[in-house]
Amino acid sequence: MLILTCPNCGVTAEETEFHAGGEAHLTRFGPGASDDDFENYLFMRDNPKGVHFERWRHVYGCGKWFHAARDTVTLEIFGTYTAQTSTPPQNIIDKISDRRPDWQPPQKQ
Amino acid sequence: MSEPISALNGSVYKEGIAAITATGPIGMISIRGDMTAGYLKKTLKKIAGVDMPDARGINLKVDKGIAWMSPDELLLICSYAEVATHLDTLHNAIGSNHAMAVNVSDARAVFRLKGKHIREVLAKLAPVDTSPDVFAPGTIRRTRLAQVPAAFWMVDTETAQLVCFRSVAQYVFDLLKTAAQPGSEVNHHRR
Repeated sequence: MLILTCPNCGVTAEETEFHAGGEAHLTRFGPGASDDDFENYLFMRDNPKGVHFERWRHVYGCGKWFHAARDTVTLEIFGTYTAQTSTPPQNIIDKISDRRPDWQPPQKQ
Repeated sequence: MSEPISALNGSVYKEGIAAITATGPIGMISIRGDMTAGYLKKTLKKIAGVDMPDARGINLKVDKGIAWMSPDELLLICSYAEVATHLDTLHNAIGSNHAMAVNVSDARAVFRLKGKHIREVLAKLAPVDTSPDVFAPGTIRRTRLAQVPAAFWMVDTETAQLVCFRSVAQYVFDLLKTAAQPGSEVNHHRR
């Protein structure tokens, strides 16, 4: 069971009060993009064993979206942060590096 | 005009470890907008007679108050009869600003829980730490009750009030009755 803290309202609750929204920090390819880019954007997702950035919604609480960084194997939550960003903030990256020294932050495309 | 009647029209359950009452209709106005804006802050203070609550807080004075619902949402609680007047005041204050106030009184059902064991009754149904240190009077928690959304707060140490959608009023009443059935004390929060 995941225990998440919503950065919008500050409530700490277990995962049944939230709803997962899939992989975070996708680059959107909309009208005018090539078919390959569009297909990648729509359907192709990373499925890493380890550190993963995700979108979550506090669906039974304040109703707001936010981001979470967690480990898909150990289910450890490294932290949650605002949805108003396209890259993980430095403090989250530091926390992950602290716990997983050989982990590399995602390269910006 | 026809008389307003709440979903369960005052049903009461007293046989269990907590007394559960489906209260009569109360006034609720949902407000969305910038909470720091003067046109909301000042108007709400004038209407409710209490200060703007902090995050996750609820400021109540008898039957009037303001509850914090999310970073951009508040719930004004008042008597059912006053809703129209307060809504007019709010609409006048908001004017052309980007905010809204909507009467949601008839969309909700309200329950009152009374007794020593209400914290346990709530804890059986919601994923919330209801211990007295964490969940004290003055805080409101929006969460789920089994399968449906609900919000509740402590009125005093032995009374809690709960709001849910009117359409699930019977479901919530049944849940609360089951969680409060006789002999189901857990005594987890006993001091």
